[in-house]
Amino acid sequence: MTLLKKIIALVAVGVLATACGGGDAETGATTGATSGGGDSTITMGFAQVGAESGWRTANTKSVQESAKAAGIDLKFSDAQQKQENQIKAIRSYIQQKVDVIAFSPVVESGWDTVLMEAKNANIPVILTDRAVDSADTSLYKTFLGSDFVEEGKKAGQWLVEQYASETGDVNIVELQGTTGSAPANDRKSGFAEVIKADPKFKVIASQSGDFTRAKGKEVMDAFLKANPDIDVLYAHNDDMGLGAIEAIEGAGKVPGKDIKIITVDAVKDGMQALADGKINFIVECSPLLGPQLMDLAKKVLAGETVPDRVVTEETTFTQEQAKTALPTRQY
Amino acid sequence: MKRLAWPLGMLAALLLVNLIFTDHFFQIEIKDGHLYGSLIDIFRFGAPLILVALGMTLVIATSGIDLSVGSVVAISGAMACLQISSLTSQDSIGGVLGAVGIALGLAIALGVGNGVLVSVIGIQPIIATLILMVAGRGLAQLITDGQIITINSDPYKLIGGGYWLTLPFGIIIVAAVLALTAFITRRLALGLLIESVGGNAEASRLSGIRSRGILIVVYAFCALCAGIAGLMISSNVSSADGNNAGLWIELDAILAVVIGGTSLAGGRFSLSGTVLGALIIQTLTTTIYSIGVPPETTLLFKALVVTIVCLLQSPAFRAKVFRQRRRPAPPAVAADEKVTVRT
Repeated sequence: MTLLKKIIALVAVGVLATACGGGDAETGATTGATSGGGDSTITMGFAQVGAESGWRTANTKSVQESAKAAGIDLKFSDAQQKQENQIKAIRSYIQQKVDVIAFSPVVESGWDTVLMEAKNANIPVILTDRAVDSADTSLYKTFLGSDFVEEGKKAGQWLVEQYASETGDVNIVELQGTTGSAPANDRKSGFAEVIKADPKFKVIASQSGDFTRAKGKEVMDAFLKANPDIDVLYAHNDDMGLGAIEAIEGAGKVPGKDIKIITVDAVKDGMQALADGKINFIVECSPLLGPQLMDLAKKVLAGETVPDRVVTEETTFTQEQAKTALPTRQY
Repeated sequence: MKRLAWPLGMLAALLLVNLIFTDHFFQIEIKDGHLYGSLIDIFRFGAPLILVALGMTLVIATSGIDLSVGSVVAISGAMACLQISSLTSQDSIGGVLGAVGIALGLAIALGVGNGVLVSVIGIQPIIATLILMVAGRGLAQLITDGQIITINSDPYKLIGGGYWLTLPFGIIIVAAVLALTAFITRRLALGLLIESVGGNAEASRLSGIRSRGILIVVYAFCALCAGIAGLMISSNVSSADGNNAGLWIELDAILAVVIGGTSLAGGRFSLSGTVLGALIIQTLTTTIYSIGVPPETTLLFKALVVTIVCLLQSPAFRAKVFRQRRRPAPPAVAADEKVTVRT
């Protein structure tokens, strides 16, 4: 046991020695915190969740590319959807004395200890994409990510505008994301908040499609049988919408015309369907938060105050906008 | 047939609920030259589950279990879509058949692997197949590179989303596999051999049955069924999703087998019972969507129905209930009083 400890200590010293030998990290940590970078390079440790979806892959690419563009030395780790891996990665960043740590927490809870270690080491932390539930908000500088409620509201606003002159009832069916997940809850409540102002908007059916195409199709098929008169479909992500399109076509109706479709995300397949006229409106949920992250990191290190919550720059797409945006779509 | 009375009654009860609460549930019309309606949907979306459950029935009959079917579903769909996406013309029938062949070949190879682990090396089935259950999903994501592969191939679309002679093609595949399985296991000796291996592997080996070979064949068949189901699921939405395709289908399949009256202890099985069990599960799912059970309570609702089905299936439970019913009922007046007492 003692031998094992010795070996671990030796290895740790070795790692530290090489990190210090690199020069960048140490000088960056001491000068970066006080003088705000100046002539030395900033080192950022980024602990990613994993590579579980195309969205996440685009997110990783965005962070890596914008770090290079901003001249920030990025240390990247992939936690493969495991919190313990992420905690390990953050600890190693603290040992390497990086200037700033950014990470997308796998889960919401259990971060207090490791974040406190970072705070004690005087390393600022930026959360990206997902939040933590720590009561002590001084543990991190800011949270950069999408506002799911806002996404739901944007979807609702488009609907209200489109049907402004409509006098009869507008029958809406909703495909929710995974039951209990934050994007599903928030996209549902944001949408409901906007449309409740006008009683003509009626959500006649709302079920979970688990964010997948297969479930989206299956649930939509059942909706179509049980409700012969559907005007609008609101799907919490593109994939469920794409599945539902197949169900609508199978029922002999024209998606985008007989039933108007609103989705969230704007991944490439969804944008293609939007450009083809099968979807009517997509609210973007952008993974490309790299440039904003680098910006925030520089501000934090320069000692500027940053807001506690920074919302990702996101837009919405109509069918015409999709046609122009599609060729350069990265994910 | 008597064993099937309870699941049949349950299916009828579920349909009755729909008759009352859902308009047009039993309506079947012809749309674009094919049948269209809720009942057709139940068969269409239930087809992959029926297939997986058929394979599972034989595995369970050998007193084994196969947890890896969900992963095999994902792998086979991913493999087929990857092959098709690399074709120059995605509509070439030869190319699609080749892709289907490769995917099913891979599925059979995985099944043989399971069989060897169980029969030759002697690992407990639940552990042996757990390996592939966990690793297989990783393999599927490796094949798809963690992305959703979208394809646009009409011949491939036919397998799970197309129609032939007005019927969904998936139902025709299921009927063919079911007929073949029933013939081989009930008209030939294989069914008896499987049951004897499940009843007592050692005794059947001593009486001259090659239990190893039979186990490998059964696991390979189970994986083949899962492979076909994987093709159907990915073909139905023209895309392969390594993360989510066939997720938890192994549990639904085991449930279907149990509802159908096949004993988990092995030694006897009922193919028609399994088909019935799978149909009950799919009808339940469709019912939930149709009558609008809130998503937050869906799982609880499912659990309640499944509990009722399993209780009705249990002879011990039925014996108790019926014995109680034969007891003299408490005086009706007392019951009335209880209801009317209010403050």
